[in-house]
Amino acid sequence: MEPYIPHTDQDLKEMLETIDVENVESLFSTIPSEKVINSIDLPNGMDEFNVLSKLRKMALTNASADKYAFFIGGGIYNHVIPSAVNQIASRGDFYTAYTPYQAEVSQGTLQSLFEFQTMICEITGMGIANASMYDGASSLAEAVLMASRYTQKYRMLVADTIHPEYIETVKTYVAGPKIEIEKISHDSDGKISLKDLKSKIDDKTSCVVVQYPNFYGVIEDLKSIRGISKDVILIVVSNPISLGILEAPGKLGADVVVGDGQTLGISMNFGGPSFGFFAIREDTKFVRTMPGRIIGETVDVDGKRGFVMTLQAREQHIRREKATSNICSNHALGTLYASIYLSLVGPKGLKEIGELNISKSHYLLKRLEKTGHFVRAFSGEFFNEFVVKTDLDISKMKKVLFKNGIIGPLDLSKANDSMKGHVLFCATESNTSEEIEKLISVLEVM
Amino acid sequence: MELIFEISTAGRRGFIPPKLDVDSYNLSDEFKRAVPPKLPELTEGDVVRHYTNLSRLNYAVDIGFYPLGSCTMKYNPKLNESAAAFDGFSKIHPYQDENTVQGALELMYNLQEALKIMSGMDAMTLQPAAGAHGEYTGVAVIRAYHEHKKDFERDEMIIPDSAHGTNPATATMNGYKAIEIKSDKNGMVDIDELKKIVNPHTAGIMLTNPNTLGLFDENVLQISKIIHDAGGLLYYDGANFNAIMGKARPGDLGFDVVHFNLHKTFSTPHGMGGPGAGPIGVKKFLESFLPVPTVGKKDEKYFLDYSHKNTIGRVRSFYGNFSVLVRAYAYILTMGGDGLKRASEMAVLNANYLRAKISKTLEVPYDTKPCMHEFVATTEPLLGYGVKALDFVKRMLDYGVHPPTVYFPLIVHEDLMIEPTETESKMTLDKFVEIVEKIAKEAKENPKLLQEAPHITPVRRLDDVRAAKQLILRWK
Repeated sequence: MEPYIPHTDQDLKEMLETIDVENVESLFSTIPSEKVINSIDLPNGMDEFNVLSKLRKMALTNASADKYAFFIGGGIYNHVIPSAVNQIASRGDFYTAYTPYQAEVSQGTLQSLFEFQTMICEITGMGIANASMYDGASSLAEAVLMASRYTQKYRMLVADTIHPEYIETVKTYVAGPKIEIEKISHDSDGKISLKDLKSKIDDKTSCVVVQYPNFYGVIEDLKSIRGISKDVILIVVSNPISLGILEAPGKLGADVVVGDGQTLGISMNFGGPSFGFFAIREDTKFVRTMPGRIIGETVDVDGKRGFVMTLQAREQHIRREKATSNICSNHALGTLYASIYLSLVGPKGLKEIGELNISKSHYLLKRLEKTGHFVRAFSGEFFNEFVVKTDLDISKMKKVLFKNGIIGPLDLSKANDSMKGHVLFCATESNTSEEIEKLISVLEVM
Repeated sequence: MELIFEISTAGRRGFIPPKLDVDSYNLSDEFKRAVPPKLPELTEGDVVRHYTNLSRLNYAVDIGFYPLGSCTMKYNPKLNESAAAFDGFSKIHPYQDENTVQGALELMYNLQEALKIMSGMDAMTLQPAAGAHGEYTGVAVIRAYHEHKKDFERDEMIIPDSAHGTNPATATMNGYKAIEIKSDKNGMVDIDELKKIVNPHTAGIMLTNPNTLGLFDENVLQISKIIHDAGGLLYYDGANFNAIMGKARPGDLGFDVVHFNLHKTFSTPHGMGGPGAGPIGVKKFLESFLPVPTVGKKDEKYFLDYSHKNTIGRVRSFYGNFSVLVRAYAYILTMGGDGLKRASEMAVLNANYLRAKISKTLEVPYDTKPCMHEFVATTEPLLGYGVKALDFVKRMLDYGVHPPTVYFPLIVHEDLMIEPTETESKMTLDKFVEIVEKIAKEAKENPKLLQEAPHITPVRRLDDVRAAKQLILRWK
């Protein structure tokens, strides 16, 4: 008997009698008989010990960050996660709860989401945040759809310094509403070309999308971009862990800030799940075009403070085909990780972590340049990752590094032809000086 | 309870980052943040207590019965959590070389294969992050297929009124007009109506089967023929797949695209609303339209397959909600083919048992044939006492159970949609029936008790109107 199914033979007998049928099979009589199957062609069930042994074996064949030093980023990063994050988020009363449809017995979820919305507003410098989307890429896609919905314009400009997978996701999403995408090129500093941007903005443009820091690690000049992008919606994709040290996009003129929350206390998980965050400037008209769940404060019949899902008239279960999005399940649990993380590190910790990242990455660049094999590709200031051109055979280099316990940088050659011979290195607070020395010592002799 | 910001005390720390062990870099002021974010300042102990106390305000599957219709709130096994936490699964990066993550790719490949077998589909992607995301992906595949055939006229997606709530919005996001079709008196798609509705503009139909009334649409083969003859495709909303594992396969019933909710049928936790995972499966002729990458296998090596030549592109970054996939795969291994079939059998048994018992107290429409994994009851007769369905379920909170879904599907008034799942015992179901009987009695004797319910929850009924009018969406 399966450990999750409680029915005894006696239960079965009594239940069938109550329903007044002879056997369980007869309950499936509405399925066309010629299509009924009687088994699933999968092996029989296994006990817990053997399931975990099998899975542990699979897990052990992967090179994980508990054994290897990681110098790879590009959207997912190896950061230090305080123990308390996983410990608290693993409480069953959080992770086995459903969407807070019954607010009276979901105040833990609702208050934590309300606090999360506040924290996202604080770090991004925005006025309103929702209770999460799936990930950074899909958040961006939804932001683009929202911009067209709001402006009723169907042409968008996107920086070519945005994460390529984010652009691919946007391309998929704009196919339905038929929004035209135009790319903005970048200059030798790795920032978008303001000249190109200026020449392409017109009165049909709904939005301009940039990433801060961008895919190449470079910190875009949001102020100048805002200056040029006057009557369009400025959407900024951001890495939240950088915002303890970098100026908040909201302070630099962003209308919408989206991004992936993985860096805020969530394991790399082979790329998912994390969560997407979605914040906008304070605007009561704008918020009504926003996708996703939003938590609001209110009072109960006794006047006691409480929290509910609000502005639900935007959502699919009420508005049906006229909803702002079809999103239903979001990534609430990911927001809990982020909230706990941000509560633990606080304003001071987030700044220190930013400083650690920027110091380590700049130190790493300096040491790489000294080996004679690497030249910085872009002159623009960067946060915790940067692009270098190398004279080494990249796949060979990565193989040698791997033999020495190191997961090397991201090879950009595959992404696009102009990036041949380029790699994206990343260093975070989790990379010790020992790891950096080890990396350099291996590269020096190549 | 106080907000975390209200207990913040300037100067406290909850975490000390590692010491800087390389040269310090001085970022130029032009990039620097001027004002630090107002995040809480607390010790680790403060933070742990705050969140622990918050968690105690929640109801959850770990606490008790959660018969929320169409949400499949089955028990979430703990071994799944152990497996997902293995370093080799949680601490790996999506851009590592394929040969350094063979175990992860193998797991994904095996899961794809298992889902193919269970659904009767030919190809699978694990990329979508939720059920609605799977719907979005599946309908995008249908659109890409029509457009690939230069068939640009098809701009209508048919959706029964008993389908899942997300379906119409999914159609719209894909640029389709959502065409609603009414159910007939038996709760099935009205076949005569369907024949009238289909036309050269029909792109397809999104069918939830069993539907949200908990009924298996017996005309499914006929529906399939009508849609296919009109040149459309059949989409299977797999949110209710927990009813038919080992009993029927959407692929055999004529469906071209199917999505699964791993967070429903395959026991992964709902996480207060997510993350889930919504893999989709398609028939061979649609394989080339799937999002990239999927996971392939060649010469005993697993690889990320980017070769789908008509791909719709990506629907998100990376490969899917991997740690959710680990949990679902662990569940499939534990249950096995035999156990999964038994899960569906017991889910359907539980629903029919509960229906039989509850029908003595509440009205149960559409009860001439067995239901599948869920059923709909109505409290409409209690309106005479001034008691609405909402009042009825709010009173359940006082008795310590989570209410069923209310006011959905829209075709039954004052309805409760009840899905017990297979992980609940007869004892739990009997206790629930007692609660329903008690509340029904209260409704007649003391309706105020229900109208003002709940009474003993952490907060009582909340003012939704005020929340939407005086928008307070963050602490200040």
